[in-house]
Amino acid sequence: MMKRLLPLIAFAALALLLGVGVMMNSGKDTSAIPSPLVGKMAPDFALPVLDEPERIITRDSLLGEPYLLNVWGSWCPACRDEHPVITELAESGRIRVIGYDYKDEADDARRWLQQFGNPYALVIADVEGRAALDWGIYGAPETFLVDAQGYIRWKFVGPLTPEVVQGQLLPVLESLE
Amino acid sequence: MRTWLLSLLLVLSSGVAAFEPIEFRDAAEEARFRDLSAELRCVMCQNQSLADSNAEIAHDLRLQVLELMREGKTDDQIKDYLVARYSEFVLYNPPVRPATWLLWFGPALLLVGGGVVVVVVVRRRSAKAPANTSPDDGQEW
Repeated sequence: MMKRLLPLIAFAALALLLGVGVMMNSGKDTSAIPSPLVGKMAPDFALPVLDEPERIITRDSLLGEPYLLNVWGSWCPACRDEHPVITELAESGRIRVIGYDYKDEADDARRWLQQFGNPYALVIADVEGRAALDWGIYGAPETFLVDAQGYIRWKFVGPLTPEVVQGQLLPVLESLE
Repeated sequence: MRTWLLSLLLVLSSGVAAFEPIEFRDAAEEARFRDLSAELRCVMCQNQSLADSNAEIAHDLRLQVLELMREGKTDDQIKDYLVARYSEFVLYNPPVRPATWLLWFGPALLLVGGGVVVVVVVRRRSAKAPANTSPDDGQEW
């Protein structure tokens, strides 16, 4: 009797394993690469401010206060989706939000900001995308949380949602304070 | 008609090459570059190697690899540079460590395990079916 049920039991065990795997991975972006930079000092960089090319921002010039570095581009559709969330964060005053304009022409970026609003305390422009390699950036949108001492404390790949802000960002932010 | 169709296809195919081809200094550099970029993963199109992918980030990373090569870095140093930024995921062959033993040896283990099961089952079956073919049955089978 048991022997006859064996194939069925084996199938059920495999199905259970599959089910557990599916449940564990649902709702996550499994293509998002975990950043090895979390817990490390942010990479040094020197990038100009959008529309103020003589004004160069470096990592050290941002020390003293934590900030959210939001990587975006006018070519990135998902960045539009997360823009209201970013705007709300910036306007709440909870944390200063710095825009990292990635692989974008200045004109396009300006137009995008005019159209969708500019919530950023500052927008730095990385037209070539070379400095982005040091941050482990591989697309947009991506968001980094950097603390007052310049350490990367959190990274998120993909558009921010209220759930991610509540569930991931705010807890980390609170642990900083 | 055929010439028109062929020339149309020719014109359309020129849209495929999106990036300028890299100019290598010599054949050795090109060979090393190809080998190295085949061992790295495209972080965006994650099923492709850095050599194969058309993604823009792959193009940027290829240029970075070339620059590091020209700066005199060794293959290991270049891999370390990328792993420090993009995690071990950027290596097409994950390193063999206790955490990845199952990944590396799992298939072989399954094969051996399956083989053992087959042997055991076959042995049991042949032990249970006694060779008592009564010769004088009178039947052809």
